[in-house]
Amino acid sequence: MTAEIAAAPRRPIALPWARLGAGLGPGASLLYLCLLVGLPVAALADRAATARFWPAITSPPARSALLLTLVMAAVTSIVDVAAGVLIAWVLVRDSFRGRSIVNALIDLPFALPTIVAGLVLLSLYGPNSPVGVDVAQTRAAVLLALLFVTLPFVVRAVQPVLIGLDRDVEQAAECLGASGWQTFRMLIWPALRPAATVGAGLAFARSLGEFGSIVLISGNVPFHTQVASVFIAGQVESGDTSGAAAVGVVLLAAALVVLLILEVATRRGRARRA
Amino acid sequence: MSIDLHGISKTFGDFHALRDVTVGLERGKLTALLGPSGGGKSTLLRIVAGLEVPDAGRVYLDGADMTDVPARRRGIGFVFQHYAAFPHLTVRDNVGFGLKIRRVDNATMKRRVDELLGLVHLDGLADRYPSELSGGQRQRMALARALAVQPTLLLLDEPFGALDVKVRQELRTWLRELHEQVNATTVFVTHDQEEAMELADQIVLINDGRIEQVGTPDELYDHPANAFVMSFLGATTQLGSRLVRPHDIEIFVDRTADAVEAMVERIRGLGFHSRVDAVLPDGATVTVQVTRAHAQQLELAAGDVVFLRAIPGTTMRATVDAAAYASQPMTHASG
Amino acid sequence: MRSRLLLRVTALGYLTALLLVPVAMIGYRTFAHGIAPVWDALTTPAAQHALYLSVLVTAIAVPVNVVFGVVAGIALARRRMPAPRLVDLLINLPFAMSPVVIGLALFTLYGRGGWVGDWLAAHGLQVLFSIPGLVLATAFVCLPFVVREIVPVVEEIGAEQEQAAATLGANGWTTFWRITLPALRWALAYGVVLSTARALGEFGAVSIVSGDIVGQTQTLPLLVDERFRNFDATGAYSAGFALAVISVLVLTAMTVLSRRKERPQ
Repeated sequence: MTAEIAAAPRRPIALPWARLGAGLGPGASLLYLCLLVGLPVAALADRAATARFWPAITSPPARSALLLTLVMAAVTSIVDVAAGVLIAWVLVRDSFRGRSIVNALIDLPFALPTIVAGLVLLSLYGPNSPVGVDVAQTRAAVLLALLFVTLPFVVRAVQPVLIGLDRDVEQAAECLGASGWQTFRMLIWPALRPAATVGAGLAFARSLGEFGSIVLISGNVPFHTQVASVFIAGQVESGDTSGAAAVGVVLLAAALVVLLILEVATRRGRARRA
Repeated sequence: MSIDLHGISKTFGDFHALRDVTVGLERGKLTALLGPSGGGKSTLLRIVAGLEVPDAGRVYLDGADMTDVPARRRGIGFVFQHYAAFPHLTVRDNVGFGLKIRRVDNATMKRRVDELLGLVHLDGLADRYPSELSGGQRQRMALARALAVQPTLLLLDEPFGALDVKVRQELRTWLRELHEQVNATTVFVTHDQEEAMELADQIVLINDGRIEQVGTPDELYDHPANAFVMSFLGATTQLGSRLVRPHDIEIFVDRTADAVEAMVERIRGLGFHSRVDAVLPDGATVTVQVTRAHAQQLELAAGDVVFLRAIPGTTMRATVDAAAYASQPMTHASG
Repeated sequence: MRSRLLLRVTALGYLTALLLVPVAMIGYRTFAHGIAPVWDALTTPAAQHALYLSVLVTAIAVPVNVVFGVVAGIALARRRMPAPRLVDLLINLPFAMSPVVIGLALFTLYGRGGWVGDWLAAHGLQVLFSIPGLVLATAFVCLPFVVREIVPVVEEIGAEQEQAAATLGANGWTTFWRITLPALRWALAYGVVLSTARALGEFGAVSIVSGDIVGQTQTLPLLVDERFRNFDATGAYSAGFALAVISVLVLTAMTVLSRRKERPQ
């Protein structure tokens, strides 16, 4: 390979496709991005910005759906942190037969279509449950679905940090008289907290918009188990696209705020470490 | 605190770190666990600390059987080679950590931490973070942290191994002074025989999971138990079937009784002493160390035939396998 | 140690109850009445068309996404992208948006009364309720996956290799093809796998833009949903099982590739 490159003329040839790296490529991709993503979102915002924006998002079913979504997302994130740290801990520190398989399975919610996830949870925790647990059409079902689809976020965020921890630090704490819990609380958790927060933030943002896994098991009962995304779908079906767009924009804004906070926190964390 | 170990064995998978080790360490002394890397000395230290559990054997601290007692309750202080500083805590909080665990009140804690920071010459740095300190400062902080809970036993695992030569020297001297002041039983692990010889009251030489010898530095140097001990603690060279110190060989110009014939290969002046490399008839090399004056007096040159004899009465040990034990002259044995 | 056992049991218990048993159940439920009904359910014209449609849409959306991902990823990493902040925002937007909202945004744009929608109607063209709409929705949701894998790798490689090639006389294309691309291959493969999984499984957005017309715009996930709503349990589970099998293959590919891409080059 070096021979043929060396045999070529010294100055780079300006062939048409060499421009890819220079200006055509980035410009084209920017255009693609604007057309595919930017334009529809702009149209959405435009449709939402009618006089009926405020009534649309403060109507009782809309308000209930938004509130439920926010609360469910928050609870999910918190449970995810506890469960995620625990699972990551066991996967990193413990060793048992089948550990690598369990580790691989953590990513299953990322690979599984959401509608299948819903079906799967329904088969075990729905009307024909073999273990006698039926949470269909309850808020617990919504939580269950959200916990399923957000499982990998905190686990995967925390794992690398756990792996990189200095074990001597924990042993030093032990020699100084600290119990396992004290060592965790005072020394390990502060190291994990940034990563766990990022994972929780991603889980929160994902939970705000989740649809496919919730739609089957929650029964979509208005004012009770109807989350914002389902409400929006219902509004579209009944023809009220402005109302749907209004609620959609609120959801979008909330998720963007979360991602923005995460971005800032990550950047600040990186700067402090430098 | 006196330490008594009986029949300690420890295996990691297929690797036998310690084989039936029995030794007693005196109270109030500064003891070195010395030996080549992988020999088992760190493992032994950690078993004393309670950070490792032996597969067999018992650990007695001050006469009490502590084998099954976890590290938290042994009243020890431990210092790690790479400091194990708590990164998210300030120097003050690091040093005060053990006190915080014991729920010491804030006033007492502050007083004690300030006292310790003064002892280790880190006053003024109390509110810094470990990442802002140099290696030497971090290790001093680690030492202060270990001393804060007033342990009766202080254990250090290659405490100066990660530091520059100059810093190492300073801290070595300082550790000795600290020991005189604090007076806790102190055990440290090192692979540097010079460090052990300089600091320790008592040396335990460990190799391949077994104890080769226990004694004072002088005892180990002048009366080594075997060829390994002899070559680990100082330069050696082989004359015939025996291991001798290079400076314990006499060079004769004329044939002398009991002296072996050799041809001078090379003479090097190394400051105050000179080094003479000579070849025996069977091809083996002998290194002789003489004073510069003596070398000049002998007027040796490469190619001269000389006669070498070990000075009677000096330290000598029989070698089993010459290649395994002969060391590079003028440097200390591999560690 | 007792506490270690307790932690292990708790963690594994949570995973079993939430993840493992439910996923195992799908096989159980699918084949509850034997293999024959499953086979029938998967070979109906509707099912075959749904599978074909899912694959078709994926086969269009993912390659386009790959090209975009590589070009944009390299441009971003080498700081040659205009308006990088805007680009970053737009790339992360599909992650922030609920699939339903994505579908709604497309619906708003291409539907009746939308900016493009009216123009389309005037020319007798259709985006919504037809395959182009499905492709757009799928491309939208898959957008971030490849580019987000590419950017860190290209940043890490650094420009030296490419510059070295340039000094040896290589032009842009040669450099790209022979130096940059090979270095990216595992990250790229991983991104492709994630993209494909997402595309095949997309539900929320396509359910809005497709109209869910059986035999015409019904993808496999939509089929699962429709059958379920029509109380065809076996039919729904069969289609779901097919999707689950694909996702296990995807998961395996992800596991293998994620190890490959982390390895130092």
